[in-house]
Amino acid sequence: MRRLSLSLWLVSGFLYAFMYAPIVVVMVFSFNAARHGGPWRGFTTQWYARLLDSPDKIDATKNTIVLAIISTIIATILGTMLGYGLSRYRFPGKKLFSWLMYIPVVIPDIVMAVAMLSFYALVRDWLGLFELGMTTMVIAHITFQIPFVAIVVRSRMVGMDPAIEEAAHDLGASTWQTFWNVTFPLMIPGVLAGAMLAVTLSLDDFVVSFFTTGPGATTLPILIYSSVKRGITPDINALSTLIVLASVAGIIGATLLQRPRQQSGE
Amino acid sequence: MVNERKGEVQFGEQLTYRGHCVRSALTSGPGILWVSIFLLVPLVSIAVISFLSRGTYGEIQRPFTVENFVRFMGFGFFGYDPLYPQIVLRSLVLGAGTAILCVIGGLPLAFFIAAMPARYKNLALTLVLIPFWTNLLIRTYAWQILLAPENPLARLLAWLHLAAPGEPLYPSAFAIYIGMICDYLPFLVMPLYASVEKIDWSIAEAAMDLGADGWRVFWHAVLPQVVPGLVAGVILVFIPAMGQFVIPDLLGGAKTVMLGNAIQQQFGPSRDWPFGSAITLLAMALVMIGLYLYARSAGEKGGDIL
Amino acid sequence: MQTTNSYAIEVENLVRRFGDVEALSNVSLRIRKGEFFSLLGPSGCGKTTLLRIIGGLDIPDEGVVRIGGVDAREIAAHRRPVNTVFQSYALFPHLSVRDNIAFGLRMKKVAKPEIERRVRKVMELVEIVPLADRKPAQLSGGQKQRVALARAVVNEPQVLLLDEPLGALDLKLRKQLQVELLNLQRRLGITFVYVTHDQEEALVMSDRIAVMRAGKIEQMDEAEALYEHPRTRYVSQFLGSCNILDATVKQRGTAGALVDTPVGGLRVEYGSNPPEAVWNDSFTLAIRPEKVTLCAPGESGGENRLKVIVEQLLYVGSETHYILRAGPQTLSAQAMNVKVGSQGFDIGQEAAAFLPAAGLLVLDD
Repeated sequence: MRRLSLSLWLVSGFLYAFMYAPIVVVMVFSFNAARHGGPWRGFTTQWYARLLDSPDKIDATKNTIVLAIISTIIATILGTMLGYGLSRYRFPGKKLFSWLMYIPVVIPDIVMAVAMLSFYALVRDWLGLFELGMTTMVIAHITFQIPFVAIVVRSRMVGMDPAIEEAAHDLGASTWQTFWNVTFPLMIPGVLAGAMLAVTLSLDDFVVSFFTTGPGATTLPILIYSSVKRGITPDINALSTLIVLASVAGIIGATLLQRPRQQSGE
Repeated sequence: MVNERKGEVQFGEQLTYRGHCVRSALTSGPGILWVSIFLLVPLVSIAVISFLSRGTYGEIQRPFTVENFVRFMGFGFFGYDPLYPQIVLRSLVLGAGTAILCVIGGLPLAFFIAAMPARYKNLALTLVLIPFWTNLLIRTYAWQILLAPENPLARLLAWLHLAAPGEPLYPSAFAIYIGMICDYLPFLVMPLYASVEKIDWSIAEAAMDLGADGWRVFWHAVLPQVVPGLVAGVILVFIPAMGQFVIPDLLGGAKTVMLGNAIQQQFGPSRDWPFGSAITLLAMALVMIGLYLYARSAGEKGGDIL
Repeated sequence: MQTTNSYAIEVENLVRRFGDVEALSNVSLRIRKGEFFSLLGPSGCGKTTLLRIIGGLDIPDEGVVRIGGVDAREIAAHRRPVNTVFQSYALFPHLSVRDNIAFGLRMKKVAKPEIERRVRKVMELVEIVPLADRKPAQLSGGQKQRVALARAVVNEPQVLLLDEPLGALDLKLRKQLQVELLNLQRRLGITFVYVTHDQEEALVMSDRIAVMRAGKIEQMDEAEALYEHPRTRYVSQFLGSCNILDATVKQRGTAGALVDTPVGGLRVEYGSNPPEAVWNDSFTLAIRPEKVTLCAPGESGGENRLKVIVEQLLYVGSETHYILRAGPQTLSAQAMNVKVGSQGFDIGQEAAAFLPAAGLLVLDD
């Protein structure tokens, strides 16, 4: 199929450029000397320096990271247990629940955001809990992270050779011994993959956070949105560039980590 | 000598049905409980609120009514106003249009990656993943910069007399579509690529051998093999795209209000939660219909999306 | 009162159904201590199912399994005094060879120095000491095989169950490991229950073989007896190959009978333990190709000597396989290529075939 090479290269090149255009533009314009955004007016790095002086941006960064870490830890634990349980054990209504799990995967985030908002409002009226803030965001994040983690873990479990656990039992290991010494070590790559997915989902989330946030709990995406609504300024571009670079570093790091593990994981 | 069959042996240990239930409760229980409480219950509460009314200051109150749905359909105080049905239609068109355009762009990309020699394949794939994992907000607002009047793209289109000079290319439907495709293209490429990777080229070769020309070979021997990945990708794009909020919000205007924007408006500035809930409920209904259709066509393989 | 430790494994009236299919139909057998016992049969005959039930990895629908005289039905797999060598080896990928082998002992909380001593001994036994710190992904098929063996054997089980352990290896390695396994079993004295579909393998290694078909044991006997005296067509053609002749009795004597077959008249001996079918008016005769001797055409006059024409000739290195036409039917014969160069028979040539009466077997079906 080499005949398509040239036109395929051109089209693909165009598409790659199309997908990267926004990222490149943000990076380029972060060096724009124009104070209030707008056309190019010279090169400067002052905006990056300015970032360190902005308490709101630093707070937002802190909130984003704390939110991601807490929600990921809890979601990974619950999601792993869920994925493991679904791959192994039967219970009445299991098929229905399995389908229910896919809802957060395809649901438009605004639907979920608004649902959580209403839920919190109702609970607040009845029980006085759930003032909007960090807690409400964490809970919302965990809720959409769990199914993703569960799906990843479950698919890894399904791919495991049953003979290995049979062998463990055959050699005298009890249920718990088998799990702790054999099953769990082999699950770890899957759990980590699920956790990475959860972290990314949390860090990138805007819509759900926007609707469930409260005073003092602003995250980076919310901050960026509010700023952009008022008009794009170069310091936002600087912030965005840093975020993009961090994501890229994260992805490359994660990809590199994945490869050596493959050998001992299977 | 009939034994009472006490369950099955699975992975080396014997479990009865009760044992399965107990284990399920211990492992899947917490996760299911969490998702039920914090997702299913909220969705139900949306459904409930959609039947309630709005108070003077924006609070939710009884009486129960179907007025919100009536209003959504367009039968308002001043006669028939097709505003919301139009929004639904526009959103469906947006979802479908985005899906179709992503297919047009995604097919060459998927084949391109699959045709790469093994060394570069991972690189090509990672290059698609990177924008995928980069924050959507950032990538979307960046289009505001790209589509600004003084920048190359606008200047080019003005020069070609396709746009008025000095005018930004956004807010517009055009801008929204660009933003959508840019965002959703990787969503389609990923499952599509998974199918393309597995293509059995010998079928295409056999077709060529039997005298079929390029297009027919592609249409009859190659394309049918990627249908599962294609369908998965389309669903992964169409359903979320229908409810997209950020992109129409940043790149669109009053004339391009979509379902997502309408919902945000009611829960934000307009403070009409019951009406907003009604819209949300209908959006959910559309999602469910889409999922159901996919489940029927894909059969048991529905869970392979990821 | 039967002594409790006469048999290593006893299986009585075992039934296992999967849906409508009976994978095991009323299977019974008794395996003696220290014996190398093989379950032989094609895919789907139930041999692996039987093995797994003995190991506790599956439960029968009906029947009893006794290990060392003890009813094993209530005993879970991890508490049975048996260990399994799996077809896919099932080595723990995250543990080194040494830790793989030590696993069973660790689970039983054996003291550390004792574990080290036993693991070392077993590694020396199967000759894998230099591999001790490697991971399974770094081992070849044959090496993985030995590790799987060591891992099972180090636990000193009463019975070792082996599920087609050599299936994935190439021919030369297989033959080498067959001999090693046999020697290992003799040295350790552990009862081996070996599942295979390779009849040659079963013959080489086993003391006794049970030939299985469609969930039932068709014939069970010592290896040599099974080969030399198959009782059904299936067994005669599963273990090696066999010429099958339909015979009708012409004249009955005290020690044997004269019968008529499509290839000619033959004298049959009853033997010491004749099957019931011998007393019928017609029965099935079988003779192994290697028992059919090919002679020069002039010698076709005597008893059990037939005039044949060499129809086909297959040179297999150390042997030649002949297809001989004798009237309406063909016979296969096998001879070692003792002479250097041509063995003296060509295609189309006339010859004489001698079917010794002792080699003519009467089958049950």
